[in-house]
Amino acid sequence: MHIEIDEIAKEFGATTALKPVSLAIPSGALVALLGPSGSGKTTLLRILGGLEFPTSGRVLFDGQDATGMTVQERRAGFVFQSYALFKHMTVFENIAYGLRARPRATRPPEAEIQRRVSKLLDLIQLPQIATRFPSQLSGGQRQRVALARALAIEPRMLLLDEPFGALDAQVRKELRQGLREIHDTTGLTTVFVTHDQDEAMELADLVVVMSMGRIEQVGRPQDIRARPATAFVRQFIEA
Amino acid sequence: MFDSSFQEPLLTPTEGNRHPWRPATEESPLVRRILIAVAVLGLAVLVVAPLGVVFAEALAKGAGAAIASLASPDALSAIKLTLLVAGISVPVNAVFGVAAAWTITKFDFRGKAFLITLIDLPFSISPVVAGLALVLLFGANSLIGGWLVAQGFPIIFALPGIVLASVFVTFPFVARELIPVMIEQGRTEEEAALTLGASGWRVFRTVTLPNIKWALLYGVLLCNARAMGEFGAVAVVSGKIRGQTATMPITIEMMYNEYLSVAAFTLAAVLALLGLLTLALKTLLEWRHADQLSAIRRH
Repeated sequence: MHIEIDEIAKEFGATTALKPVSLAIPSGALVALLGPSGSGKTTLLRILGGLEFPTSGRVLFDGQDATGMTVQERRAGFVFQSYALFKHMTVFENIAYGLRARPRATRPPEAEIQRRVSKLLDLIQLPQIATRFPSQLSGGQRQRVALARALAIEPRMLLLDEPFGALDAQVRKELRQGLREIHDTTGLTTVFVTHDQDEAMELADLVVVMSMGRIEQVGRPQDIRARPATAFVRQFIEA
Repeated sequence: MFDSSFQEPLLTPTEGNRHPWRPATEESPLVRRILIAVAVLGLAVLVVAPLGVVFAEALAKGAGAAIASLASPDALSAIKLTLLVAGISVPVNAVFGVAAAWTITKFDFRGKAFLITLIDLPFSISPVVAGLALVLLFGANSLIGGWLVAQGFPIIFALPGIVLASVFVTFPFVARELIPVMIEQGRTEEEAALTLGASGWRVFRTVTLPNIKWALLYGVLLCNARAMGEFGAVAVVSGKIRGQTATMPITIEMMYNEYLSVAAFTLAAVLALLGLLTLALKTLLEWRHADQLSAIRRH
């Protein structure tokens, strides 16, 4: 799905989280929002997901105005920084949650839910953990379950907030590869937020460098490396 | 006494170190004994002894006399009224408390601090003052009260007044238990459920409620204990009409003032037992769901 961000600004009371920013994300791209904390990257991601609403500006999905769409209507698969798994539910129930939450008319029958959840568990390469609780999983396993749960709703896009932030370096490398593969198999437009320039450069097709509520530069990783547009970008990618 | 759990020191104390090796958070045996003695003494004087005396006084003239006193119409009516009042005010406050805690923790709005203070108000106001305020507001001489009496629905000196007083006094319990738990849990699980397409009500039912159920249960039990035991506010609004508006605490006081000590202490013992029953229920539930509790806490 093609995403168009048109002059989006966001204020929280007196503080400005986003100055008006515009950005076009081509369908099927894997995009990194890169920046230090306070740069507005998470706010932008949450606006795309419908968890936050912009003070001004528009969001367009495939050319249609989606600014006022509710979070449920957007069908954005969202992976939270701390994963936000439902800790009182098993892995199976976590992944099935979005399917069971559908209105009766479109809710798949139980056998279909079973089939889809086990297919997703295969996709994240954890077929054995359906009956476990989140507290019984490692950090990397939790991240992958969160990803499977987001994919279960057959999302129109995938949004990830610091998806590797809470993991150690070794697991982080493996899961980067995992996300790349999942992106390539599903073909979903994917946007992830990170403060780690290596992660952004290695994983993304398109990197959006942000600072203080502004977009500093948009480009392919190699172009940003070769030609940083501003002093901030040069400094940030060299850090 | 503490040696059973005392681990072998990994490092032998260096010479000249006169203190035996001990974890940093542990006190010396003497200090520990003193602390334990203080705790036991406090518990004995403040909790066990008074409770024991109540039961002893109730049974002073034998179990037969105690049971007979319970069968009196006044005692029976008091027990029924107290259970009815608790049965109404506890669910009402459970709903209010959840709604208040939800509003305070899940939304940002102006006047939030003021609302939290308002919820605590019943804790800082004397119950007698609360009772008097209700009388002024709903008494037969007031505007609202007069009209309600004319409609045949009196509030003061009747069940609605007692319920209102009990609801007011126990208002903070549920919300106070829930607010810290809900703040600690944050909003992300709810947000995750919303992104998965769940409606607000579904999110509440399937995500919020399971996460707060232990705090909610604890708040409800405290609320229940207090609702059954409330004296001051109820004494003012009920008019203490024997057999009609006298709850258990009020009946106990009236019996005691009339030197009916067996009847008074038997009813007091029943009230204490109802409180203990609530506690036992809580312990039982915690014990039966121990695995679930630990699974949540480990996370």
